Amino acid sequence: MAITIALAGNPNSGKTTMFNDLTGSSQHTGNWPGVTVEKKEGRLKGHREVVLQDLPGIYSLSPYSPEEIVSRSYLVNDRPDAIINIVDASNVERNLYLTTQLLELGIPVVVALNMIDVVRKTGDEIDVKKLEQALGCEIVETCALRGEGSVQAAERAVALAKNAAVTLTKNTFAPSKNTITNTAGNAHTSSLSKEAPRFLNRRTAFSNEVEAALDSIGSLVRELGAVKDKVAGKINNGEAYLRWLSIKLFERDAEAAKDAGIADTAEGKRVLAEIEKITTAVEDKLDDDSESIITDGRYNYISDIVKQTVKRKNAFALTLSDRIDRVVTNRILALPIFAGVMFLVYFIAVSTVGAWGTDWVNDVLFGSLVPDGVANGLAALGTAGWLNGLILDGIIAGVGAVIGFLPQMLVLFVLLAFLEDCGYMARIAFILDRIFRRFGLSGKSFIPILVGTGCGVPGIMASRTIESDNDRRMTVMTTTFIPCGAKLPIIALIAGALFPGSMWVAPSAYFLGIFAILVSGIMLKKLKRFSGRATPFVMELPAYHLPTPGGVLRTMLERGLAFVKRAGTIVLAATVLVWFLSSFDTSMQMVDTTDSILAIIGDKIAVIFSPLGWGDWRAAVATITGLIAKENVVGTFGVLYGFAEVAEDGAEYWPQLIAAFTPLAAYAFLAFNLLCAPCFAAIGAIHREMMDVRWTLFAVAYQCGFAYVISLIIFQMGRLFGGGGFTVGSAVAIVFILTLVWMIGFKKPYAVPAGERLSGAPASEVA
Amino acid sequence: MKTLRETTNGDRVTVVKVHGEGPVRRRIMDMGVTKGAEVLIRKVAPLGDPVEINVRGYELSLRKDDAGMIEVI
Repeated sequence: MAITIALAGNPNSGKTTMFNDLTGSSQHTGNWPGVTVEKKEGRLKGHREVVLQDLPGIYSLSPYSPEEIVSRSYLVNDRPDAIINIVDASNVERNLYLTTQLLELGIPVVVALNMIDVVRKTGDEIDVKKLEQALGCEIVETCALRGEGSVQAAERAVALAKNAAVTLTKNTFAPSKNTITNTAGNAHTSSLSKEAPRFLNRRTAFSNEVEAALDSIGSLVRELGAVKDKVAGKINNGEAYLRWLSIKLFERDAEAAKDAGIADTAEGKRVLAEIEKITTAVEDKLDDDSESIITDGRYNYISDIVKQTVKRKNAFALTLSDRIDRVVTNRILALPIFAGVMFLVYFIAVSTVGAWGTDWVNDVLFGSLVPDGVANGLAALGTAGWLNGLILDGIIAGVGAVIGFLPQMLVLFVLLAFLEDCGYMARIAFILDRIFRRFGLSGKSFIPILVGTGCGVPGIMASRTIESDNDRRMTVMTTTFIPCGAKLPIIALIAGALFPGSMWVAPSAYFLGIFAILVSGIMLKKLKRFSGRATPFVMELPAYHLPTPGGVLRTMLERGLAFVKRAGTIVLAATVLVWFLSSFDTSMQMVDTTDSILAIIGDKIAVIFSPLGWGDWRAAVATITGLIAKENVVGTFGVLYGFAEVAEDGAEYWPQLIAAFTPLAAYAFLAFNLLCAPCFAAIGAIHREMMDVRWTLFAVAYQCGFAYVISLIIFQMGRLFGGGGFTVGSAVAIVFILTLVWMIGFKKPYAVPAGERLSGAPASEVA
Repeated sequence: MKTLRETTNGDRVTVVKVHGEGPVRRRIMDMGVTKGAEVLIRKVAPLGDPVEINVRGYELSLRKDDAGMIEVI
């Protein structure tokens, strides 16, 4: 029988790190809340019958954002056989808040007291034995990062799950009164003897009024159809479930009522009305609302436990994190530091360290070593001319052009992995929230954007932590404006070939992306479909920690490998196709590129792009192939411009590129390719997040349209000011600029009807 | 009524009540800002919003609008 164990806990408590350790997988981890947005399944190493579920982090079982709902509905409705609740030991109080709720589900829980090393370092002490007794569940001290204790936690969870399964089949289960404490203070320990099923978790004790209300609610719903089955033993620990449900109903949790099958029957509705009366009576008596009563009750309960079990040196003491924060989120320095960091990332990856590596690979490896070697080999074999062409001019020129940028990408991936792991991400969101809000986005939108710097697909998925639908959609639409890893070769190519020695071109691509996001934010926010209240910004700022070299390297290798794989598959296929189309004419005769099928097609498409300054058919074709994967842009250039050159004299195709583009046109080309619709994979991700075809089409159309407008403005205005004379193109560019200015500065936002303003704050403060 | 909005850097206050309604309020409470919780105001972001507070031993950031819902003494 398969046993399912869920890893649940607060965001950023180390669930995925432990999951990777236990299953041998390599899911992405990072130091900011919300790295995992989908549940992932894996099998426990050494115990193939045990399935582990890694869940997105949650602070409570009353979730708000889409990825948190995944966790809750899994825990509540699918009911795993056991839960490993990962608790950040350096932050016990808030983490145990979720624990109290997990214990109520009636599913056996093992608490993994994670990052115990951090606690030991600060000199805090946790009395684990006492905490075990107070919570009524087993605790294992772990340090998932170093793999300490994880296996033990998993084994305990498996044992509990098996134990529970036995209890369920015997159906001898009854709620045991002596496992319940009235106050946290006098927890009696008799129930924790070795023989008793240790999953009879203790539960939060609320005040007498609340307990009485919960009892009445429990007896009201106990006999209802769907609930009755569960309580009577269809699921493990049905009584606990009843208690959990009673609390949820007391809190007016509509989702829980629906899941329990109460909301839609006549009988259920009558009961809900009864419950409403009970709840209101308690609220009147305690002069507070039911949600507050329950949350306060839980936190008071935990505070009591923590007071007895955790000795903290000084709660408000300045830690190293705080000292770093003093500088990094300093009022004056924060923004310059952020700009400096991003500039450095690009400067190091594209212009300096990465470029040296790339130069070597391009000049030496793919410039002479590989083609010469292969050419000699082919000559020795005496292969057909067309095959030589395919291999040398097609595959090596195309795939080589892409692989050539690997050093730069690896450097970028290292730097990004470092940024993600050290804890700076959440700070950037904190610093930029004010700016982003002005532009219609939330500071939280910045995390998808930064993740998107590596690859747009996880970037788009990272937007799931944004609670408001509008803000999330807008983030999904704009995230790919930021140059991803696959666009890096385009930047590096243009910067290297047409702007040699310039240090502003590569970083400018990044800031062009930011500019596009901000401008789009303002414009889109004014449309009716995006109007409404902004996402709240209630966000945890995790402590900094120095990323482990192993972790950073692993992330780099994984992403690098994914890149190489794409080069070997999608890019390879595309280059072969491009080579074929550019080597033959319609009567299947091998011809000069300029007479090929591709030239004929390309010429037709190129007309569209000629106002942008790059009406050359090769550039047009490269842009189109870029939709399949952005690496193809460079690959296609490699095939089309590098034709025969590579094999003959080892020269790269850069000189040909310089001949085909003016720097201005090249920059316009770069701008268009950075901003237009992302690759198919990312468009697929947009579609998954939007869950709607029309939204997806709108997003893609907007991205392409915006890219066209910006690229046209860059080229036409650049030409006008460069002394190119006033043309129709200049006039169009000016019209575009005026439209943008009007959209940004003068168009009135769609007015939200007063009644729809879903704000907790008084209307005057919102306005 | 004094709220978290009116506090300044370095203030140490105690939460009296979280006003307002809806999911944002619930989230704030779930994060540990509940009646009786001690809060230290750490800092204000470079552009005046949001604020960073220390509550229950960790750092939390909130917008000023939301901080205005939290009554403190």
